[in-house]
Amino acid sequence: MAINRRDFLKFSAGTGLMLTAGATPGRAATVPQLPKDAVGILYDATLCIGCKSCMVNCKIANSEPGGALYHKETAGMIPYEYPAGDKIYDAPERLSDKTLCVIKAYKGGEKAAAGEKDGPAFSFIKQHCLHCIEPACVSVCPVAALQKNKDTGIVTYNKNKCFGCRYCQVACPFGIPMYEFEKASPSVVKCQLCNHRYAQGKYSACCEFCPTGASIFGKVTDLRAEAKRRLALKPGDSYAYPVKRVDGTERTEQVVASYVNHVYGLEEAGGTQYLFLAGVNFDKLGFNPRITNQVYPDFTWSYVSHVPALIGTLLVVGTATRLVTQKLEKKKNDAGKGDAS
Amino acid sequence: MESKVVGSNDNLLSGVTRRDFMKFCTAVAATMGLPLSAVPQIAEAVTAAKRPPVIWLSGQECTGCVESLLRTGHPDIVTLIFDLISLEYSETLNVGSGHQAEAFRAQSIEENKGKFILVVDGAIPVKDKGVYCMVAGKPVLDILLETAPLAAAVIAIGSCAAWGGVAAASPNPTGATPVHEILKGKGIPVVNIPGCPPNPYNFLSTVIHYLTFKKLPALDDKGRPKFAYSRLIHENCERRPHFDAGRFAEEFGDAGHRQGFCLYKLGCKGPETYNNCSTLPFNDTPGCWPVATGSPCFGCSEEKVGFNSPLFSKAKVVFPTPPAQHTDAVPEKGGGAKGFAYGVAGAAIGAAVVALAKRDGKED
Repeated sequence: MAINRRDFLKFSAGTGLMLTAGATPGRAATVPQLPKDAVGILYDATLCIGCKSCMVNCKIANSEPGGALYHKETAGMIPYEYPAGDKIYDAPERLSDKTLCVIKAYKGGEKAAAGEKDGPAFSFIKQHCLHCIEPACVSVCPVAALQKNKDTGIVTYNKNKCFGCRYCQVACPFGIPMYEFEKASPSVVKCQLCNHRYAQGKYSACCEFCPTGASIFGKVTDLRAEAKRRLALKPGDSYAYPVKRVDGTERTEQVVASYVNHVYGLEEAGGTQYLFLAGVNFDKLGFNPRITNQVYPDFTWSYVSHVPALIGTLLVVGTATRLVTQKLEKKKNDAGKGDAS
Repeated sequence: MESKVVGSNDNLLSGVTRRDFMKFCTAVAATMGLPLSAVPQIAEAVTAAKRPPVIWLSGQECTGCVESLLRTGHPDIVTLIFDLISLEYSETLNVGSGHQAEAFRAQSIEENKGKFILVVDGAIPVKDKGVYCMVAGKPVLDILLETAPLAAAVIAIGSCAAWGGVAAASPNPTGATPVHEILKGKGIPVVNIPGCPPNPYNFLSTVIHYLTFKKLPALDDKGRPKFAYSRLIHENCERRPHFDAGRFAEEFGDAGHRQGFCLYKLGCKGPETYNNCSTLPFNDTPGCWPVATGSPCFGCSEEKVGFNSPLFSKAKVVFPTPPAQHTDAVPEKGGGAKGFAYGVAGAAIGAAVVALAKRDGKED
């Protein structure tokens, strides 16, 4: 027998430790805690004019060193969706490995065409990473390539750690992380809230270049207060909407449109740092109605928490079975040899 | 048709070939969106023996509206005032002056009661009984109130006459008032041709519509002819594709500005201004309107926009209609399955046809 008694006992003690570790009582339902300097974006669809300025400048800003689209090999190049086509008219249709931010449109249904009162006939929606307070992608990443910054709460990606399992793509309820399938050594691509620009004293490009104040950047606590203030406004009144930054001085006087009385992102998926206001129902804007207020890592915790115990048990049971069968086999062989001689 | 035009106008249309004349009539019809069949009717109307009398009054104005009219190509001002209309009185274009001109105006109004077209450019000051704009020792307010009830139609040309314009800009010290407000409640139809200056063809087309059909063109709720003012400049703007693709000039003279990107962020008021500048070139010269030259539209022809909102403030986009290439927020489902079903059905039919053909072949 290859294993002596001493080694076997050592091994058994080890697995026993693992089992007890795995058997710690299951995590209680998390109350999401906003990081102290959490930053985010407030997107107000009633102000958006669909000009795509955010998309264009997102691409430019993230192609700079440190940006989410920057690669050493293609430094200085902007990854257009159609590299062979007309670069002046790049029109991404959805999020991709070359597009971190996309404007989509709700073009009204038959009801709106028939003139029925069904809210505004048109609305835009800006799609990019929501920077969940308890991000599912971070919870499933086996190598901690995706991490949530403890101060700003930005969900960042480290391509040197990533080994390409793409669990994050499956885990994200909003379908945000994208993968460079066409590359030999691909990375996951997602909005990192332009965190490379903070060192330069700048902030998210989509907010900096938004002409109407539809996207504004700021501390999540300020953004939440601003969103609630807007919901309390009376439609038809005038309000000085902040532009670019919630704490900035730039303002634009606009007539208040009627809002759907809901701030998306306040509680959805346990709360996100990207908040939405809109004039039409959020289901119509492409938000999956199956996304609840459940904290997503909690959603899988009841299963994931058992994984170490399961692996430990399998190891012990398997080893024990192997040892027993090995012994039995040896006995049988010895007996067989004895018979033959 | 041919004989009519040539026969009745040997003396009037001297120097104008029939071909040029018909070209002009077609262009007028096109401006108003009329069918080609209206061209002969227009030709007949503008060559009628008695040219319609027009009296042109000026209030607080800069003569820009007249100046732009002087530079039209089809018809040019000579053809207009000598062949098409009979310009009885205009302070800028009168040959006579002083008492002679004033006497002729009174005489013409008397002779053409209920038949003449009254054109007004410039706002009318009403403060202090209108003493801030006097013509021949009389407030222009009084002249307008005397003349307008006798006119067949009143055309307010330019933003000053239509909305008050630059004269009515805050603090409006002279109480400058648009023409339609002064004539409100008097039952006199007023056509507004706003703009600073308006495209002269919008004015000419309105006049010729009146001559041809003996009625004013369809007007919107602000009294503007629908053929010219029913669409936003933004809708047909030559720079609109840049707007839809998110490419903007961020400041004057930057790379985007030099490449002809959208001027919205520089304060272009195209998205809230109803006019046809983007489709009908000024004075037959394409590329000579503000947006084409790289200067944002300042909404000169829109009430409460031009001369009211700051020049470089961002416009409120009136209808932010998503262009076709914006992806749907909720993609349509089932399209793929449908396509697949059609494919399967097609393949089945194809297989059946092939099988039948084979069987037929064997039978032969």
